[in-house]
Amino acid sequence: MDRRIAIIATLILAAFVAVSMLVVRRSRGPSPAPPAASPEAAAATAAQPKITATLYYISEDGLSLPGVQREVPFGDPIVEQARRIVEVQLAPAPAPYASAIPAGTKLRALYVGDRGDAFVDLSGEVRTAHTGGALDELFTTYAIVNALTVNLPAITRVQLLVDGKEVDTLVGHVDLRRPLQKNLKWTSLHPDAEAAEGR
Amino acid sequence: MRASAAAAVLVLCALGGAPAAQAPGSAAPYTVLSREGRRPLAARVMAGQEMFALDELARLFNLTIREDAAAGGLTVTAGNQTIVLSAGQSLASVSGRLISLPAPPAHEGRTWYVPVDFVTRALGPALTTRVELRKPSRLLLIGDVRAPRVVGRMDPLGSATRLTLDIAPATPHTISQEAQRLIVKFEADTLDVALPASTSPDLVQNIHQGDTPSSIAIDLGPKFATFRTSDVPGDRGAGRLVIDIAGQATEVTQPTPPGPPAQPPTEIPPLIDLVPSGTLRAIVIDAGHGGNEPGAKGPGGALEKDVTLAVARRLKGTLEGRLGIRVILTRDGDATMGLDERAAVANNNKADLFVSLHANASMRPGVSGAEVFYLSLDEYGDAAQRVAKGDSESLPVFGGGNRDIEMILWEMAQARYIQESAALAQGVESALREHVPMSARAIQRAPLRVLVGANMPAVLVEMGFITNAAQEKQLTSDDFQNRVVQALVGAITRFRDAHVPAPVSGAR
Repeated sequence: MDRRIAIIATLILAAFVAVSMLVVRRSRGPSPAPPAASPEAAAATAAQPKITATLYYISEDGLSLPGVQREVPFGDPIVEQARRIVEVQLAPAPAPYASAIPAGTKLRALYVGDRGDAFVDLSGEVRTAHTGGALDELFTTYAIVNALTVNLPAITRVQLLVDGKEVDTLVGHVDLRRPLQKNLKWTSLHPDAEAAEGR
Repeated sequence: MRASAAAAVLVLCALGGAPAAQAPGSAAPYTVLSREGRRPLAARVMAGQEMFALDELARLFNLTIREDAAAGGLTVTAGNQTIVLSAGQSLASVSGRLISLPAPPAHEGRTWYVPVDFVTRALGPALTTRVELRKPSRLLLIGDVRAPRVVGRMDPLGSATRLTLDIAPATPHTISQEAQRLIVKFEADTLDVALPASTSPDLVQNIHQGDTPSSIAIDLGPKFATFRTSDVPGDRGAGRLVIDIAGQATEVTQPTPPGPPAQPPTEIPPLIDLVPSGTLRAIVIDAGHGGNEPGAKGPGGALEKDVTLAVARRLKGTLEGRLGIRVILTRDGDATMGLDERAAVANNNKADLFVSLHANASMRPGVSGAEVFYLSLDEYGDAAQRVAKGDSESLPVFGGGNRDIEMILWEMAQARYIQESAALAQGVESALREHVPMSARAIQRAPLRVLVGANMPAVLVEMGFITNAAQEKQLTSDDFQNRVVQALVGAITRFRDAHVPAPVSGAR
């Protein structure tokens, strides 16, 4: 009796995995296991379906925020997927990149509004453990803004909160008083062409 | 940087007029003015040239002098720079670069003398501090000392009299009447004055240095009734203050009530009261961070807030001294200030430019170089569009409270000046490039909170990465800070010359 139940359970699990594989884009080729955002996530890594997402990390020269393809646990509905993306984005960066988000920063909550605005509530370490540089502050901000808006088209703007509250800036430079749209100009070192035009 | 209070000890005696009888070969001494105070520096004439004793210069500038008797030369070391002088040669080598001198060094006994121009031509380039020699005033200015030249003259004006003060560079000042005195106070550390004797003792008994080094006192005569003043722009950054002093005996059509507004006597021609367009009158320098917000920290412990304040103070001194521009610091101490407050200081002072100084930081300790930011409005989306249509919002005002300042939104305030801010940023970037290492991201647009509310062209300068150990040392050094100041003064001067501020009508 127990053996039959075990076989049925195995078949159901196999079927679920097969369906998941059809529905979810699988990452191509070998890639490092995504860093776990929590012990539960670590335990479930082997069995969880995943998506491939573009996450953003500081380049080796420290001057840009390139997109890097990474595996992220599958989540549904959209707010769940957004949480998983941010959790992986908060985890340590794969070599040779550096995380744009200060170590120890945790995701406290994440909400998605009707109009595509996401609110990402981070723990205070995002400020207290920050280097304090304007460029790094831009990278911290746009790592999260871009990770959500690039991978989830339903999210068009992102506002960062700290410890549940709206903030003017993280460390004194970047205006965070309103939701920010995707901005890929920080992803490479190409000169800001608009600067020359004075726009 | 020493406390500015130290400047209070500065007293200037260098007035015009012939010195007392000099011993043969000697000349009237120079007066050395610096933040440390005032001291005399003897000069003497040798073969028709005014000379300073090299030993005295060595004490003044911490120089090391080594004499090479065999080669007949002298090696003068100033910091890490070396100046080589040769007996009989009107040339000196300053760290390998040849400069000319009006006369060769000479010696008398064991004492070597150099032409007074040695100070500006050889020591100036070798030292990191500003050195200015004013021969007519017999002044030697060292460092960021604000010492405008004030030359007065008196002209009769019917039964009244007119005192004209030419001020170079133009320097902000206030005039007040205290009992039987008019006091003109200048925003300066000291004054380099040449004042006339009174030609109308009934109205003006005497004109002399005031009780403070940066003021002039006009002792009023028994017939004084009223006065009026006007500021007139002069040439090449100079200013002119005209004070008309009228007496009771003049044919004034109405009795003059005490105090302002004074009714001018009818025979006095109207005074010009205009401010030239296309000139910079006031600049706000924002020393980033401060108080309990230290900003970024270097591996050696240097704090961004200290670096920004040091450079802001230097920049203020140099801008005021060289360009005669009124400079306001958002903070002149280790104070915590909100970002809105900083813009409010600029807006409330109707500043023509806003320059925010910062030091950068990176996760990557190797990153280095200066960066210049101006505001990007893209991130403000619909709000920026609403601003463009002229919606209003109340603005925080320095000193507390909120007020609609000419119905301008913070966003709209800077939006009006994006083109000029871009031009200023490019000017600052190219000037910095001549003096300090630049980042590969030398000029950038970003939604920076401190810039968005500024109602004038505004830039944020990241002078270097304090998280880079080598740059941390630079950022805290006099040499590097002076190079940044030099670049910014150059950029601001070029911006002043090239851009006539043309704000939208009613925006200011």
